[in-house]
Amino acid sequence: MDLNYGPEYDDFREEVQGFIKENKNVKLTGPIRSESRINWQQKLIDHGYFARSIPKKYGGFGGDMDIIKLRIIAEEFAKSPIPKPMGGQGIQMLVPTLLELGTEEQKQEYIKPTLRGEIIWCQGYSEPNSGSDLASLQTKGELIDDQWVINGQKIWTSTAQLAQMCFCLVRTEPDAPKHQGISYLLIPMDTPGIDRRPIKQMTGDSDFNELFLTDVKIPAANIVGKRGEGWKVANATLGHERGSLADPNVTLNRLNSLIELMKSETIDGQRVIDKPTFRDRLLSIQGRVLAQQSNALRILSSQINPNQEATLSKFIVKLQGTELRHELEGLAIDVMGEMGTLYEQSPHLRDGGIWQMHYMYYLGLIIGGGTNQIQKNIISERALGMPKEPKIQGA
Amino acid sequence: MYFGLSEEQKSLEDNIKKYLDDNASIEIIRSVVEGDSEKANEIHKGLVDLGISSLMVPEKYGGLELDMLFAAVVAGALGYSTAPSPYAGAYVMSPLALSLAGSDAQKEEWLPKIAGGESLIGIGVSEYIGAREDAGIEYSKGSISGRCLFVIDGKNADAFIVSNKSGELFLVPASSSNIEIVELTTVDKTRTSIEIIFKEAQAELLPGSSDKSVIEKIVDAGRLILSADTVGAAQVMVDKSVAYALERKQFGRLIGSFQAVKHMCAEMAAELEPCHSMVWHAAHCLDNVPEESRIMACHTKAHVSEVGKQISKTATEVHGGMGFTDELGLHYWFKRIGLNRQLLGSPELIREEAAELQGFNQ
Repeated sequence: MDLNYGPEYDDFREEVQGFIKENKNVKLTGPIRSESRINWQQKLIDHGYFARSIPKKYGGFGGDMDIIKLRIIAEEFAKSPIPKPMGGQGIQMLVPTLLELGTEEQKQEYIKPTLRGEIIWCQGYSEPNSGSDLASLQTKGELIDDQWVINGQKIWTSTAQLAQMCFCLVRTEPDAPKHQGISYLLIPMDTPGIDRRPIKQMTGDSDFNELFLTDVKIPAANIVGKRGEGWKVANATLGHERGSLADPNVTLNRLNSLIELMKSETIDGQRVIDKPTFRDRLLSIQGRVLAQQSNALRILSSQINPNQEATLSKFIVKLQGTELRHELEGLAIDVMGEMGTLYEQSPHLRDGGIWQMHYMYYLGLIIGGGTNQIQKNIISERALGMPKEPKIQGA
Repeated sequence: MYFGLSEEQKSLEDNIKKYLDDNASIEIIRSVVEGDSEKANEIHKGLVDLGISSLMVPEKYGGLELDMLFAAVVAGALGYSTAPSPYAGAYVMSPLALSLAGSDAQKEEWLPKIAGGESLIGIGVSEYIGAREDAGIEYSKGSISGRCLFVIDGKNADAFIVSNKSGELFLVPASSSNIEIVELTTVDKTRTSIEIIFKEAQAELLPGSSDKSVIEKIVDAGRLILSADTVGAAQVMVDKSVAYALERKQFGRLIGSFQAVKHMCAEMAAELEPCHSMVWHAAHCLDNVPEESRIMACHTKAHVSEVGKQISKTATEVHGGMGFTDELGLHYWFKRIGLNRQLLGSPELIREEAAELQGFNQ
């Protein structure tokens, strides 16, 4: 057991701290894809604080894959209000997919502008009738005159209203078994025939969309992997999404805010944290946060020490993390009582209404990214070796 | 950076598991529980031969002087096989108390004998954590009066270390007169528990124990060990549940192919897996990160106890009616987890302590 990163990393940490200090007043106010945001993103890449291990020729920093350095960058950025590197599905899912399975032309064309925040991507996976059973998707793609002609409907498409491109799963081999009939296509969002309709969520926001695709024509070359390999291509990166949905270090920040809230909220003049029943719920949640942080340390260690096994530790992150986060946000609402139900611009609103917002949003994340019931199937089948549900005749 | 067990720790764990696999089958555990103390002594001796009594004893006194992670690894292996052997009290808390607070003479007298497996010292600190009934001891001029409940590993011990309410520790040889020992029968008969009644019994103060950090360290260590034991016991319950679900058929299919059963197993595994890491982390903090050690020990004991309780229930349910039988023996782990949960503070008590440590309750 050795939780030190080693003295050789002290200099690196100092360097990152120096950069953060120098840039502590940077604030990004412009909209997404505005010049100031792109310039900031590029500055982070130039210093190796983002896209660190992505080759220079594709717009990355071109450094080696050093997990500890990535960790130090994340730790130091988390401590500061400095703008964080941009995330999103293009960066988290599409870029790793292209690096692994894209053609040279695709890498050249898409990776750099995606990293710089010039191209925003959305993910066209789920369909109205293909949610948990994603591989049953029916959006159809036909190769006609060297063009893919796409017809169908996608749903839960995050950021589609902002996106320039969509990475999309489409059934191109209708006669093949369901997992082998899908292709992974890259669709420019300004192609004629794409209609986006926002879905209003329980939070009041519209982060998701429905996408209607009617005779959408894109070049034949806009495919990642071979025809019929789309399921494999998509699965190469689904893991990236699951791990990023419930980072315990972010949950710890929320826990600290919850503690502050419990010290400031009062009932009959008494601080809520001084009430034993509330306090015990807080402490239970704190224990669970610590357990998940320990689990995250084990995962980190397995990335640094390739011989170390941590399969189950990784499989459980999304299930455990989203449930815990939802409960944590829910405790805050109970702490505030009636005040916790205030929303939008109401008088007496606490913390801008963020607790209610997160309480609902994390219920969404319990469902999104593979429902937690699907997560339990994955854990029991892939980690515990239990059998799949048998197929029902005629279904 | 490496977060996990070393090769030496893994090999110690494997050795103990293998020894218990070969020598402490469920039938043997059952015979011990039904009163075969000879068998229990044999297993105890076998474990001592593997080193469990010398882990915490300084090299100077003939021990191995290993760290808390080693001690936790051993506890996990003992819990996994629900080993009928003294450990948490006799081989972790007591030698730690002597090392931290004993006089040179006390150390010289007892530590080598503990390391060699010749002496057992039970430890009673329940009243420091939370007195039940009118339990508690008073020390005056070389003797103590009062009673201690739930003295861990006290049965057939050669001496006892007991604490008063403020955490001072006293050493009492079992040969002292004016001691009455009452055997307690808990649900978990794989380990023993006693009550001691002192009537002006001769006792020696462990001189270093007027520093309160001593009792805190001993209790933290004990809580860590009980947590590790629970994680080991819960792990075997999960393993047995998965194995049973892959063998038992109903409605013409393995019950493990029903999502209702799979999801119970997945939930157990998802709750338990971080507990392994949490125990390692808490052990690491006890040795290396004093500012976090107390809070990690508290949270680990409370959290692991909650997870253990849930798993001991769910695993029993996965086994259906068989889970409820003595024949299957799953209940030995259920009960072991149940005892671990209450010893050295139940989750509610410990969480309250963790709150105090952070200055939450004023």
